[in-house]
Amino acid sequence: MTSLTAKDKEAVKAIWAIVSGKKDDIGTDAVARMLTVYPQTRTYFSHWKDLSPTSPAVRKHGVTVMAGVADAVSKIDDLKGGLLALSELHAFTLRVDPANFKILSHCILVVMAIMFPKEFTPEIHVAMDKFLAAVALALAEKYR
Amino acid sequence: MVQWTDFERATIQDIFSKMDYETVGPAALSRCLVVYPWTQRYFGNFGNLYNAAAIMGNPLVAKHGQTILYSLERGVKNMDNLKDTYAELSVLHSEKLRVDPDNFKLLTDCLTIVVASRMGKAFTGEVQAALQKFLAVVVSALGRQYH
Repeated sequence: MTSLTAKDKEAVKAIWAIVSGKKDDIGTDAVARMLTVYPQTRTYFSHWKDLSPTSPAVRKHGVTVMAGVADAVSKIDDLKGGLLALSELHAFTLRVDPANFKILSHCILVVMAIMFPKEFTPEIHVAMDKFLAAVALALAEKYR
Repeated sequence: MVQWTDFERATIQDIFSKMDYETVGPAALSRCLVVYPWTQRYFGNFGNLYNAAAIMGNPLVAKHGQTILYSLERGVKNMDNLKDTYAELSVLHSEKLRVDPDNFKLLTDCLTIVVASRMGKAFTGEVQAALQKFLAVVVSALGRQYH
């Protein structure tokens, strides 16, 4: 995948400034949606009692994920270096198949389109898609 | 054959009956050409696709977006026979247009996002699952005649 251009980074920072206040809601909806639309992702959460969209575990995880995305925005100039610890976590402990990063990214984009229809223009969409793909790549860095 | 639940059938009918084909089709196709620029390779004779503004304002893109959506409407009316419904279009896309079938998914992802932005909170996870299942089956039918 291509690296982020200056234009991409500006677009990501611009949309993040608009949506970051709602990032917990975005994360919660994205994770809940992922579990509904892609039932195979539920296999990673067999230790949760409640996988419904309103469960506290889903919200907590959505908040965690978006905190990671916020961190990535602040480290947008060096995602590989900045997300090293998270990559090790995903590689050695969580061992999430990287195909699922694409799935969750798609769900995040859908939620952004729902919550910010005017601001989520095609230009912002392509920048966010590239950014989340770059984050996914950085997260998979330590896998093998 | 694909099995549809009552919820899935009702949801698909509902989404498409309320859809504004004149704007959703163009929005989805132009978004696809912006977000996945390599898809522009199939539209060499569409004129100016130089930047996002040009793409969004291109009348040939808009017209083709509508064509695609009206074709999807045929699928909505024939949910139990999508294979046959799209057999001819599948041959067209493989033999004449030579579209890499992986591109179909890119377009349906953009359509999902456009529908989501129009429906807002009504686009729940269950509704998204139904729409994505329908679009996936259409995509599969479109890819059937490739060999």
